[in-house]
Amino acid sequence: MRTVRVEEIIKNIKEMCIEANHYLTEDMEQALRAAGETEKSPLGRQILQQLEDNLEIAAKDRIPICQDTGMAVIFMEIGQDVHMEGGGLTDAVNEGVRQGYQEGYLRKSVVGDPVIRENTKDNTPAVIHYDIVEGEQIRITVAPKGFGSENMSRIFMLKPADGIEGIKNAVLEAVREAGPNACPPVVVGVGIGGTFEKCALLAKKALTRPVNEHSHIPYVRELEEELLAGINQSGIGPGGLGGSTTALAVNINTYPTHIAGLPVAVNMCCHVNRHCVRVI
Amino acid sequence: MEKHITAPYDKETVRELHSGDYVYITGTIYTARDAAHKRMYEALEKGESLPFDIKDQVVYYMGPSPAREGRPIGSAGPTTASRMDKYTPALLDLGLGGMIGKGKRTDAVKEAIVRNGSVYFAAVGGAGALLSKAIVSSEVIAYDDLGTEAVRRLEVKNFPVIVVIDGEGNNLYETAIEAYRG
Repeated sequence: MRTVRVEEIIKNIKEMCIEANHYLTEDMEQALRAAGETEKSPLGRQILQQLEDNLEIAAKDRIPICQDTGMAVIFMEIGQDVHMEGGGLTDAVNEGVRQGYQEGYLRKSVVGDPVIRENTKDNTPAVIHYDIVEGEQIRITVAPKGFGSENMSRIFMLKPADGIEGIKNAVLEAVREAGPNACPPVVVGVGIGGTFEKCALLAKKALTRPVNEHSHIPYVRELEEELLAGINQSGIGPGGLGGSTTALAVNINTYPTHIAGLPVAVNMCCHVNRHCVRVI
Repeated sequence: MEKHITAPYDKETVRELHSGDYVYITGTIYTARDAAHKRMYEALEKGESLPFDIKDQVVYYMGPSPAREGRPIGSAGPTTASRMDKYTPALLDLGLGGMIGKGKRTDAVKEAIVRNGSVYFAAVGGAGALLSKAIVSSEVIAYDDLGTEAVRRLEVKNFPVIVVIDGEGNNLYETAIEAYRG
């Protein structure tokens, strides 16, 4: 049994909110640079160059990469041999978000009620996903999610008979309909299987996988490659203003499902695909 | 084609702008996004006046992140324009000179753009740090209680945008995609 003070959670979440909003992971930066070299449209190349410059300015001048610093989505994988001390864990996560968004000059984009819509003014509450795992460590992923792309995400409750062709059509339809709204070049997170809510969570989590890594399941890897190629044939391009770079990656996660179903979730993410991981 | 314009501007300037032009805007523009549009729309419905005279003005769909000390503004990129579509034709009919955002517009907005000789520009979404460098000053002029969604008057210098829908109704989102479809 290991004891962790909640103050440590608060401090880490605070720092991670700030870090995620100012720096992309190395795999995302590389993917953007590589796109700049292969993009066919001159305007597309100009936009990709602006995105690279934007990352540099964000890091150098401590300005968030995007003004939409997102709703804080947080994955907590907690070892079953960890004991928390000093307060409630959910309260600690939200306190970390509160401090991070305040001290990091991040935008407060959360309304307390979806209909009444009053801003909570501290970007809480976060959306927190808990997972109990073996061991005595805590793995935290902070993934601030902007809503330009979130709004273009879709869930399709396909029939088993729709099969892999149905999955391809669903993903391509989601990307086509998103068009310029999702701030391409996008990263496409796809969940296949599970239940209605499970496949959405699979898709969300797929966005946190490095964009230069593929699924270990052979047919899923092929599907990722084929969908990426298909999406980049759409012509949508950087900024939706035409070109050969519409997506940087398609990341797919799968899970067992029911004999009667084939749920498919498509979680769109803009090129500011933010996440920060720490193990404590 | 690369062009430089000064905002606010008259209809003559809009006639020179064509879908696909890369334009640098210098001068005064105003920010308004979801909540501010809703309030402005409701004000018009009640017969009240808007917080600023929008004739010939450019509205930027943007809610910034907070400014650090010594800076005029935080990160300041465009938000998705389609959420403003419900309110936009009424503003265009009052003489709104142009809009900066990102993403698709409805046919009703496109028709109102053509009817009034206005223009829809896109700024690059997700480039808020870079775009903030073209903003010289920022001042909240209305709806302060809305926080990031308040109406701001911005002074901009060479603010980079691309003409998406011009006064003749040409739409770059439709034409450019065709050119690169595989």
